[in-house]
Amino acid sequence: MNVRVFSMVILLASDQRAALAETAFVSLEKDHAVAMVQLPEGKLEGTFKVGQRPRGIALSPDQQSLFVAVSDEDVIKVFDTKTHQLKGRLTSGKDPETFVVDPRGEWLFASNENDNQITVIDLKTFKKVKSIAVGIEPEGIAISSDGALIASTSETTNMVHWIDRKSLSILDNTLVDPRPRACAFTEDRQELWVSSEMAGTVTVLDTTTHQMITKIHFKIPGVTMEKIQPVGIQIDRKRQRAYVALGPSNRVAVIDAKTYQVLDYLLVGQRVWQLAFTPDQHFLSTTNGISNDISIIDLEKRKVTKSIAVGQYPWGIAIAP
Amino acid sequence: MMMHALRALIGIMSRECLRFVHQRERFISALVRPLLWLFIFAAGFRSTLGVAIIPPYETYILYEVYITPGLLGMVQLFNGMQSSLSMVYDREMGSMKTLLVSPLPRSFLLTSKLLAGVLISVIQAIVFLLIAAAYGIEIPAIGFLTVLPALILSGLMLGALGLLLSSFIKQLENFAGVMNFVIFPMFFLSSALYPLWRIKESNPTLALIAGYNPFTAAVELIRFALYGQFNLEAALITLFSLLFFLGMAIWGYNPSKGMMSRRS
Repeated sequence: MNVRVFSMVILLASDQRAALAETAFVSLEKDHAVAMVQLPEGKLEGTFKVGQRPRGIALSPDQQSLFVAVSDEDVIKVFDTKTHQLKGRLTSGKDPETFVVDPRGEWLFASNENDNQITVIDLKTFKKVKSIAVGIEPEGIAISSDGALIASTSETTNMVHWIDRKSLSILDNTLVDPRPRACAFTEDRQELWVSSEMAGTVTVLDTTTHQMITKIHFKIPGVTMEKIQPVGIQIDRKRQRAYVALGPSNRVAVIDAKTYQVLDYLLVGQRVWQLAFTPDQHFLSTTNGISNDISIIDLEKRKVTKSIAVGQYPWGIAIAP
Repeated sequence: MMMHALRALIGIMSRECLRFVHQRERFISALVRPLLWLFIFAAGFRSTLGVAIIPPYETYILYEVYITPGLLGMVQLFNGMQSSLSMVYDREMGSMKTLLVSPLPRSFLLTSKLLAGVLISVIQAIVFLLIAAAYGIEIPAIGFLTVLPALILSGLMLGALGLLLSSFIKQLENFAGVMNFVIFPMFFLSSALYPLWRIKESNPTLALIAGYNPFTAAVELIRFALYGQFNLEAALITLFSLLFFLGMAIWGYNPSKGMMSRRS
């Protein structure tokens, strides 16, 4: 074996090792920072300051950039995932909370809760492309895996707004249960799942007809209905299981994504808010706002393996390979 | 001498086993007590939205998971007291005299009696654990194995406490006092039903006392062992308590020095 081949093997081996180490980036609303946790071991690696009141957090499709909505500074900041250096600032409009990154890596769509609009930002120029007026207090936002369809939920209007990527205009609106907080497309783009915090339900919508397919209800023995407040949703790529964070009930619901039956409720920390899969989808991590920790769920065993203190008010989570 | 001692040990243990087998009500009541706590008391608190993370747990747990080691301790605590009660009964009935006139050292006879009690106590605890597991309390498979030495040590300590108490009790009627002044304070002032940090929040003095309670050490030893972990501090406290209680019991049963002399 010549030196070149040998060094290539070494390089591949080291790449393989690097790929195994997964890092969860967790925005800490009250610490004004982002915590880094090694997964699935659950080891807190450290934190870095990002600005006042960070909430929404996501990675670029190439995993090189970390976007953080810094709400009280009215900006979405872009950090290098490896060095944690600030790479740029996106003109997101006032009080950005949640946003979604286009799978092609070209645009970012941010909900502006106070201005009742969605801001579309070009990720090359970091400039605003367009503002799309939606209902009152837009909150949840999702984009289909092909990037063609965007869904936005407005908390006060109780609607889902269907936005066409090509024309950047609203195609249709669908009424859902009170206070829709988050939404997620299935990988095949056939369904959109919407969580309604006040109604305690998840509505499954057909993305073609924009009509309801079914509504999922939750019932946890020993827990009052007021405490069941669905927020974050994650659906696996094979569309076998969906996971819904149930807020102050401190549970994550495990749902059969084909039959819509709730299979289990997993106990996590207090006021579970957002969820994220590890890239291989073997684990799911939750942010628990009040208990200041994140929980790690082994999805195969359907078991919470660990909860780790990360800092004050963990809000959003994004996991990099 | 060795053979004689072994025969005596087997004799004492088989007598205790026979008594246990014949007294089915005793076995059932020993199981019903912790099961009531698990099925009814813990169910009432099931709505508790997770007990905060404390070692050996790595994430939030339901209340029923938290109290399971405490209830194992309860099984052993009551078994220790039951042995104590039967010692007093034996003394009243005269069968104790038959035992104590044996040429073997009194300390050996008492230790044999203790070992016999521990055997019963471990069997009861394991049966309870199996029912708890069938009820849905998740315990790692290794925990069933690693909990055994912990159950033996805690059973020995609580059995020795029972022996010591039996040397103090003159009549069966006095046993109610033991319940009020020993068993209940030991059980409620421990980490069996609530974590120490929770007691500390409302009363630091009570938490301090609970921290020194040998029953807390026994429960924590069992709790860690159930998850394949070893709590050195709890093991040492349990061991030293065992040596102290057993030493005092042997002294208490000495006709010339201990409580026996005072009674006669």
